[in-house]
Amino acid sequence: MIKLGFVYVLAGLMYAAFALLSATDRVNRKRWGNALFWGLVAVSFLAGDRLGDLGNGVLVLGLALIAGFGFLGRGQPATTSPAERTGLAEQFGNRLFLPALMLPLVVAIGVLLLKPVQIGGVPLMDPKQATLISLALAVIVGLALALALLRQPWASPLQEGRRLADTIGWAALLPQFLAALGAVFALAGVGKAIGLLTSTYLPVDTRLAAVSVYCVGMAAFTMLMGNAFAAFPVLTGGIALPILVGHFGGNPAVIGSIGMLSGFCGTLMTPLAANFNLVPSALLELPDRYAVIKAQIPTALLMLIVNVVLMYVLAFRP
Amino acid sequence: MLILLGVAVIVVGFAVRLNPLLVVLLAAMTSGWFAGLSPLQVLAAFGHAFNENRFVTSAYLVLPLVGMLERAGVRERAAAIIATSRGVTAGRFLISYMALRQATSAVGLATIAGQTQTVRPLIAPMAEAATEVRDGPPAPETRYLVRAMAAATDNIAVFFSEDVFVAMGSVLLVVSFLTTSKIVIDPLRISVWSIPTALAAFAIHGARLLLFDRRLARSTKA
Repeated sequence: MIKLGFVYVLAGLMYAAFALLSATDRVNRKRWGNALFWGLVAVSFLAGDRLGDLGNGVLVLGLALIAGFGFLGRGQPATTSPAERTGLAEQFGNRLFLPALMLPLVVAIGVLLLKPVQIGGVPLMDPKQATLISLALAVIVGLALALALLRQPWASPLQEGRRLADTIGWAALLPQFLAALGAVFALAGVGKAIGLLTSTYLPVDTRLAAVSVYCVGMAAFTMLMGNAFAAFPVLTGGIALPILVGHFGGNPAVIGSIGMLSGFCGTLMTPLAANFNLVPSALLELPDRYAVIKAQIPTALLMLIVNVVLMYVLAFRP
Repeated sequence: MLILLGVAVIVVGFAVRLNPLLVVLLAAMTSGWFAGLSPLQVLAAFGHAFNENRFVTSAYLVLPLVGMLERAGVRERAAAIIATSRGVTAGRFLISYMALRQATSAVGLATIAGQTQTVRPLIAPMAEAATEVRDGPPAPETRYLVRAMAAATDNIAVFFSEDVFVAMGSVLLVVSFLTTSKIVIDPLRISVWSIPTALAAFAIHGARLLLFDRRLARSTKA
């Protein structure tokens, strides 16, 4: 059975290569910072299970200090110039898209066809991790095809990968940091405290007020916690079930479904949902870290109003 | 209630744009401290959860492929295709991408595209090229706006249509939470009730994209 460990070894080797290539990059004045940063990430992927909890904590502290004190530079591996790229684009034409198409194709095949496959009663891949495993396989297939079709130097995937990783920089690790923060918040009881405040002090005496408090609360709580999954049990248990379902007799399927989607309106507006909102700003080289969030806010607010109206109209039909 | 100071650390730290990795660690320390945990205990709890969540950072395995395709001119090729099409605008192009992304997410294929593997190498350069077709080379600020809108469109399309697929994590979370509260519901009913929101998202964000086109046209004439 292919497990998540396979993906981790692959990722660990990739980050180790980024670290080694960073160390030899004399153009980058902060090359040792980059080498150490990606090196620590590689250690986490290759040996994280053997470091112990405190060992991992120290590793995290190292990452935060390197990033926080500006030791992270931006490597500039030798690459093709814009003029060369335009020439190559004309030369290769639409063949350039074939390796890129392998990503959705192989992921779709993996998730839809390979996931249920069993060999001698053992699944081919860990069903819970089928998407990530399929993505790793898709990258291997895509890279093999790209190397064959496009005849770029053998080291170019790693050098170009490092170029992109340095473009994203510390933001690449932020989603994982925030996931860990969520766990510490849960341990400290932060979610419960906010849920208690919301359900104790907000008006829920009319149907419309209760629907609004639940939907807006889902969005606001999601903004604070960075993900709707953390907000859902707290607010649904605190407001939706006792008041909307219990007192007003609403349809729990409608309320649960639209409640979750109201949380997603919050996800679009918070920097804590870093992989959706901050990583793209870094990837697209936008000078304003919050540019993507600003583009999303009008849609998110309108969708929140839509969700309140939909829940109010759909959940209480006789 | 003092444990909520951790949330305050996040809000203030992000607002004054300190390095977010440090802010997150400080927030964990703050909430942990008021919950009666020592800094070393918090660091260990954080390290444990960090290790458990490595799958989040393994998605960057696509970087070498995306980078090599960029080296070979994939962004230039994507832009060239747009440059030869008639009547294309950034907004209209993003509307068609949104329709495709919503339709595939609704049948469970939300992971076939994304910010790293699709928006950076293909969608953002194509949207920028579409602006250029009608209005000539855009100013840098306009370029940034178009790119941000491309990223936003990808997020919005996925968020409001992935729940139409029954086996989505968020649908199953709703079902399992309701089950623990003694309300048994078929996941399909959760999915069905997310369809009105998916349609509304297409209408609202689509309308915004059309307005975005007009704004782009004005900004280049001014």
